[in-house]
Amino acid sequence: MELLPTIWFVAIAVLWTGYLFLEGFDLGVGMLMKVFARDNTERRVLINTIGPVWDGNEVWLLTAGGATFAAFPLWYASLFSALYLPLLLVLVALIFRAVAFEYRGKVDNPRWRARWDWAISAGSFVAAFGVGAALALTTTGLPLDANGDREGGPFAWFSGYAVLGGFAVVGFSLLHGLGFLALKTDGEVRHRARAWFVRLLPVLLLPIAGWAVSLQLLSGEAWTIAAVVAAVVAAFLAWNFARKDAEGRAFMSLGAFLLLGSASIFGAAFPVVLPSTLNPAFNLTVSNASSSDYTLGLMSIVACIGLPLVLAYQAWTYWVFRRRVSAAHIPEAHSFLPAIAAKALAPKD
Amino acid sequence: MDALEIARWQFGITTVYHFMMVPLTIGLGLVVAVIQTLWYRTGKPEYLRMTKFWGKLFLINFIMGVATGIVQEFQFGMAWSEYSRFVGDVFGAPLAMEALLAFFVESTFLGLWIFGWKQLKPGVHLACLWVAVIGSVFSAYFIIVANSWMQHPVGVEMLNGRPVMTDAWAVFTNNTALVAVPHTLFGALAVAGAFLLGIAWYHLWRRRHDGIDTIGADGKVIPGEAAGILGRDRNDHTVWIRSLRIGAVVAMISFAGTAVTGDLQGKLMFEQQPMKMAAAEAACHDGTGFSVLSVGNVGSKNCNAIVAVIEVPGILSFLAKGDFTTEVKGVNSLLDEYQSKYGTTVPDNPIYGDRAGQQIQYVPVMEVTYWGFRMMIGFGGVAALAALLALWATRKGTVPASRGLMRLAVFGILAPFGANAAGWIFTEMGRQPFVVAPNPDTSGIDQVFMFTAAAVSPGVSAGEILTSLVVLTSIYAVLLVVEVKLLVKYVRGGVASAMPELVHAPVDENEDGTPRGGPGKPDGDVLAFAY
Repeated sequence: MELLPTIWFVAIAVLWTGYLFLEGFDLGVGMLMKVFARDNTERRVLINTIGPVWDGNEVWLLTAGGATFAAFPLWYASLFSALYLPLLLVLVALIFRAVAFEYRGKVDNPRWRARWDWAISAGSFVAAFGVGAALALTTTGLPLDANGDREGGPFAWFSGYAVLGGFAVVGFSLLHGLGFLALKTDGEVRHRARAWFVRLLPVLLLPIAGWAVSLQLLSGEAWTIAAVVAAVVAAFLAWNFARKDAEGRAFMSLGAFLLLGSASIFGAAFPVVLPSTLNPAFNLTVSNASSSDYTLGLMSIVACIGLPLVLAYQAWTYWVFRRRVSAAHIPEAHSFLPAIAAKALAPKD
Repeated sequence: MDALEIARWQFGITTVYHFMMVPLTIGLGLVVAVIQTLWYRTGKPEYLRMTKFWGKLFLINFIMGVATGIVQEFQFGMAWSEYSRFVGDVFGAPLAMEALLAFFVESTFLGLWIFGWKQLKPGVHLACLWVAVIGSVFSAYFIIVANSWMQHPVGVEMLNGRPVMTDAWAVFTNNTALVAVPHTLFGALAVAGAFLLGIAWYHLWRRRHDGIDTIGADGKVIPGEAAGILGRDRNDHTVWIRSLRIGAVVAMISFAGTAVTGDLQGKLMFEQQPMKMAAAEAACHDGTGFSVLSVGNVGSKNCNAIVAVIEVPGILSFLAKGDFTTEVKGVNSLLDEYQSKYGTTVPDNPIYGDRAGQQIQYVPVMEVTYWGFRMMIGFGGVAALAALLALWATRKGTVPASRGLMRLAVFGILAPFGANAAGWIFTEMGRQPFVVAPNPDTSGIDQVFMFTAAAVSPGVSAGEILTSLVVLTSIYAVLLVVEVKLLVKYVRGGVASAMPELVHAPVDENEDGTPRGGPGKPDGDVLAFAY
């Protein structure tokens, strides 16, 4: 087993876990815009809990993608080209969602806001589903030929695992979003989010548990199966803490659930990074898909400096914006007078 | 069209589009950071207003750059999987570093800047903007390092048919990148300069038109106030005249900067990609003269079809070598060299599909390279000249009353955008038929190259790429309309559009005497800014 490719497999698993932990809750909050928030003020409460941080969270996706390109070019090339259309949907979803956060409040008009609300909720749903499908398929396999190219046409990637993985990340993100709202808001929204969290936890975690368990059946090892068991315990703790109004602990327990779940999934998949469903000889593995040791060494140095810094300043951001947001904090919409249209008021010369 | 051609159109469209937002982000970010620094040091209200107003426009544009940037990273793998496999060992590293070391910084600290007006101390808040802006500059650096490796591969050796990085220092200090980075940054500043100039001109013109500012007997402006319209006071005049002057100076400095760095870049390119430069010149013969205007079929390799109407002897040699006499090779003599070095026909490899065995087209599309090169310089020069004239025209403190001039200033905002796009289209199309151009100047490395025809994803159908081309192009078109409409709305709103406090603060109560904002608003500083 080569050391550096293995380290980078772990690093990429860490980046995806970081992405799901951080962007997970803002994707969840995004989806909740339509189904949870009851009026415009509540929707603005939701957006403003993630306002300062969602963009930084999304960079985890770009970093996971870029690190895969740098460390495992063959994995990156095969996975991204095989999933061409689903990733196109993810891109479209992310584009609309990003623009929506910034533009929604820029025009004080209900129809304008309603459109961007759709962009945020549908965009968050599609992005979560697509990322989940892609991650599930990289653990369960795609119809790849000897060169790593997809055979069988534009939809050959489709399988039950794609749907399972899609719902796994959607479900987790929704729950994580509820936990985040319970932690970050006050008043009515906080209480409702906590109640939903407790009630919906078993349903929302079912698909991700299904994915983790089916992977254990395919290629599990003793320690990854133990991780699944530990994850179930963490989920129970999250449920119990939420029931007892300990929102911070519930949030962290769900984080532990993700960490353990993701360890069990990536651990069971290792050392294969992308199996071929046509022929196991075509599997992409940490050894045959990785970059040279020189490149991996360089990237290791960069990651050792960069990643702790990212964690430090992102943690600082959460500290700066640590206070709970409630409906009472939401200022009135700023419908400014266009200086130009107000010409009539100007003195006549 | 086959998958390759559609994929190329997609890459071109999405990249040129992305690079309309990016230069404005980089350039305007730097300008806003400088203005906020001025406010921090002097405390003058006009600098706060400028920070808020230009900062608002900066953010409306910034998000579009973010949203379209993700497409860029994904499409290497999606549409260009063979390229990604070939170059991954060396090309992936700068992309990953861009995300990890630059884009994280940019996104996180910009979030702090947007929302942190009250949570952070003024100095820390200002520092957040600077950190974000420096992050965007580093972002540009890493992306250009990656691009420069495609223009001029260095620091690698071939192993099992793929380049493997052996010298990271060489990759990250590629001389192609070291001149392209300042060239790109000056290009970005030129965009910001014209943006400030055009919009400030419009506001100054509008103030005159509305009778707020008048002209005294000495020809100098007398700034006035519009009673009843908050924000259109005397300070407002200062905001715009100062913005205009900053914009004009930035535009002129950055044109000078692009000229100097562009000259260095040109001299490098004459060595590194002589065919690109010969095609930029539509020079089919060897020679020393620079064509200011050629007519006829500039795309033809038949020299009789191209007539140089205005040609300045010696200038081409100066552009290439710094003297006036060296013969610069034309397309036809280069063609022989390329054919003997890199082959005459496309290799008989299944990866090339129907193209295998065809003759390799070493000469880029000369209509594009010839005119792209001239549009880049022309748009840049026009913008700089306009900036100079604008400084002169506003020396008495405001703009002329002419509506036509105002329109010219506003539409002039587009000129540096055009120069940036033309420059990138020139340099990328001029590299064809290579996606990784061969590096002629070192031994051993000259066989590291890749034809664009070999780079596209073999497993992806033309239909899939056409779908994404249509979908992305339509979305981009719609979003461009939305962005421009929002920018126009906020520009028309003036400073007040970006400063609710300017409109609401002086009025503590409504007409019926109840306090504004209503009761029950504790902890106003939980959200200094809210979406």
